[in-house]
Amino acid sequence: MPASEQRAEHSAQQSTAAFRAEPAAGITLTQFTQLIWTIAAKDLRSELRTKEAINASVAFSIVILVLFSFAFDPSSEQLQEFSGGLLWLVFSFAGALVLNRSFARETQNDCLDGLLASPAPASALFLGKSLANFVLLIVVEFVSLPVFALFYNLHWSGQFWPLVLVMLLGTWALTMIGTVFSALTVNLRLRELMLPTLVYPLMIPALMSAMTLTTDFLSGIPLGPDNMIWVRLLVAFDFIFTAVSIAVIDSVLVG
Amino acid sequence: MNALEIHGVWKYYGDFPALRNIALDVTPGSTVALLGRNGAGKTTLLRIIAGLSRPSQGGVRIHGSDVRKDVTRRRIGVLGHGISLYDELSATENLTLYARLYGLDEPGKTANEWLERTGLERVRDGLVREFSRGMRQRLAVARAFLHDPDVLLFDEPFTALDDRAIAVLQGLLADAHQRGRTIVMSTHQLKEALILATHVALIRRGEIAYSGVRTQEMVDDTGWLYRNYEEN
Amino acid sequence: MRDKILYALAAIAAVLLTRNLYTIFFVLGEEKNQGAIWRIFEFHFPAGILGLMGFIVATVFSVVYLITNDLRYDAIAAAINEVSLMFAAIVLVTGSIWARIIWGVWWAWEARLTSMLICWLIFAGYLMLRRAIDEPTQRARLSAVVCIFGGVDAVIVYKSIEWYRTLHPGPVLTIRGGGGMPPGWQETAYWNLLAMTCLAIILVMVRMRQETVSREIDSLRRLAHSF
Repeated sequence: MPASEQRAEHSAQQSTAAFRAEPAAGITLTQFTQLIWTIAAKDLRSELRTKEAINASVAFSIVILVLFSFAFDPSSEQLQEFSGGLLWLVFSFAGALVLNRSFARETQNDCLDGLLASPAPASALFLGKSLANFVLLIVVEFVSLPVFALFYNLHWSGQFWPLVLVMLLGTWALTMIGTVFSALTVNLRLRELMLPTLVYPLMIPALMSAMTLTTDFLSGIPLGPDNMIWVRLLVAFDFIFTAVSIAVIDSVLVG
Repeated sequence: MNALEIHGVWKYYGDFPALRNIALDVTPGSTVALLGRNGAGKTTLLRIIAGLSRPSQGGVRIHGSDVRKDVTRRRIGVLGHGISLYDELSATENLTLYARLYGLDEPGKTANEWLERTGLERVRDGLVREFSRGMRQRLAVARAFLHDPDVLLFDEPFTALDDRAIAVLQGLLADAHQRGRTIVMSTHQLKEALILATHVALIRRGEIAYSGVRTQEMVDDTGWLYRNYEEN
Repeated sequence: MRDKILYALAAIAAVLLTRNLYTIFFVLGEEKNQGAIWRIFEFHFPAGILGLMGFIVATVFSVVYLITNDLRYDAIAAAINEVSLMFAAIVLVTGSIWARIIWGVWWAWEARLTSMLICWLIFAGYLMLRRAIDEPTQRARLSAVVCIFGGVDAVIVYKSIEWYRTLHPGPVLTIRGGGGMPPGWQETAYWNLLAMTCLAIILVMVRMRQETVSREIDSLRRLAHSF
C-alpha cells in the first residue's frame, strides 16, 4: 500500500473523533433573524461606503420632479389630485436604480456563490437584501417628499402618520418584488431591461393603492371606511407576495 | 460513513446531459484530485457538491446529510474561480461576515486569527479593492478555511496564485489533511495536485472514466492517466 | 395518435365555427341600440374567458414544473401562455373596436379592459424573458417563477381594479347591457366558446411540439460543441 494511502488511513482513524458532532437539525428563529440582519448590514455598509446607488436615486428623483413640472402646471390646484400618483411614480423609478443593484453587486467576484455555499438559507439572503433595499428606498423617499412639497407648493394638511403607514407598506411591496426580480434577472444578459419590464406591471395593484391613499392623505383626507380598502389591499399584497417570494427564492437562486 | 457520497447524479441543460450518472464515494481524510479536460464537467460537478447547483437527478451527501439542506453546508469550504469577497469591504469585514454566515461563536476573533495565518494582518482594514491579486487570493483562502470545514472543495485552486499564496495554500492543505479533513480539488496543475492526492478521479464528457487510488506511477508520469483513459 | 387528436379537434372546430358564424350573421337579428357591432361580443367574451383561464392554468403547470423539474410541464405552460396572450390581444382589440363604434373613443379605462391589459403586459414580459434565456433548464425555472407571480397577480389585479372602478366610476363596457340583445345571443356565445376552446387546444399542442423540437435542437447543438 503506497505511503500516502497509509498516511491517509492513519490520520482518518486518528481524527474521526476530531469531527464536530452532527450539526443541529435546523436553525433557530434567532439565528435566522441574525442572518437576515448580517446580510442587511453587509448590503447597507457596502452601499453607504460608495453611496453610488443612493446618490443616483436621489438625483434621479429630483430630475423626474423637475421634468414633471413641465408636464403639468405646478401651481394649479388640480395638482392635489395627482400628488399621490406623481410621488409614487418618482419613488418607483428612482427605486428601480437601487433595486437593480441589489443582486447585481453580488455578481462581482462570484460573491453570490459565496453566499449560497454558506449555510445561510436562501430566504434569509432574500429577506436580508430586501431589508437593506427597504431602508435605502425609505431614505430616498423621505428626501424626495420635502423636495416635492417645495417644488409644487404643497399645502401640508396633516395626516402624517397615515402617510408614513402608506409609505412603509408601499415601499415594502416595491422592495420585495424588486429584490426577487433582481435575483431572477441577475444572470441574464438583458438584466437592466427585464427588471422594469417584469416588475412594473406586477406592481400595479400595490402602486394604485399607494397612489390613492397618498393623494388622500396629502389632501388631508383621513383614513376612513372609504379608503380603508386600499390599506387592506396593500397589506394583502405584501403578505401574499412576501410568502410567494420566500417560497420560490430557492428555485430562483440555485439553478 | 463516507465524507462525500455522490449517487446517481445527472445534470441536464435542457435535454443535454452535462453529467451522466456520477457515482463517487470519498472516505474521510482523502484528498481527491479531480481531473479532466476543459468542458468535461469538473466545475459542474464541484458546484453540485457545494450545493450551488441542483442536480437534475440524484444527490450528494456530506457526512451522511444531503448538501441541499442548509446546515450541511456548514461543513463545506469552497474556493472557486472568483474570490467571493466584497471589494468595498475591508479584509476584516469580509472575514467577519463569513464567520457570521457560518455561525461561528466569535466571528471577530476568528477573522483576526485567519488574517494572521494568511499574512494579511497589516492590511486588515484595507479595502479588498486595493489589494494585489496575491493578497486577494490569500484572503479568499482564509475565507474558505476559517470555519474549519470537514470537506474542502477547490476548483483549480493553484491557477493564478502568486508564490506566496501558493505557499500559504499548500501549507493549509497539508495541515487540513493532517487533521483528517477531506479535500476534493479539480486541477490542471497535475504535478502539484497528484503529489498531495490520495485518490484520483477522471471525468470525461460528463462521466467518471476512472476513479481510484493515486499511484506513484501517476505522479512520475503525469500523462499516464490521460493516455490511458482519455480519447485523443 | 397525437396527430389524430389534432385533426379531430380541427374538424370539430371547423364545424362549430362555421355553424356559429352562420348563426351570428344570418340567424340572429340586430341589437336594438347598437346595430350590427354587438356581434363582436360573440368573440370578445370567449376570448376573455380563454385568456384569463389560460393564464391561471399555465400558473398551475408552472408550479408543477418547479416541483417535478419535468421540462414537458414547462412546454405546456409556455404554450398556454402564448396562446392566452393572443386571446388577451383579441379581447383588447375587439373591445377597442366596439368602443370606437359606439362611443367614438379608441380606448376606455374600464375595469375589465384595464385588467386584461395589465395581464397582457405581465405575460408579454413572461415571453420576453423566455426569449432572453438560451439555456432550456434555466429558462424553464425562471419563467415558471415569473408565471407564478403573474398568475397570482392576475387575480389581485382583477379584484382591485374592480374596486377602483366602483369607487372612481368610469366607463362601463357593457356590450350586452341594455336588454336590446337579440334572443339566442347568449347561447351562441357559449357555442363560440366551445369552438374557440378547440382552437386554443390545437394551438397549444402545436406550440408545445415546437418547444420540444427546439429543445432537442438545443441539446444537439450542445452535444456538437462538447467534442
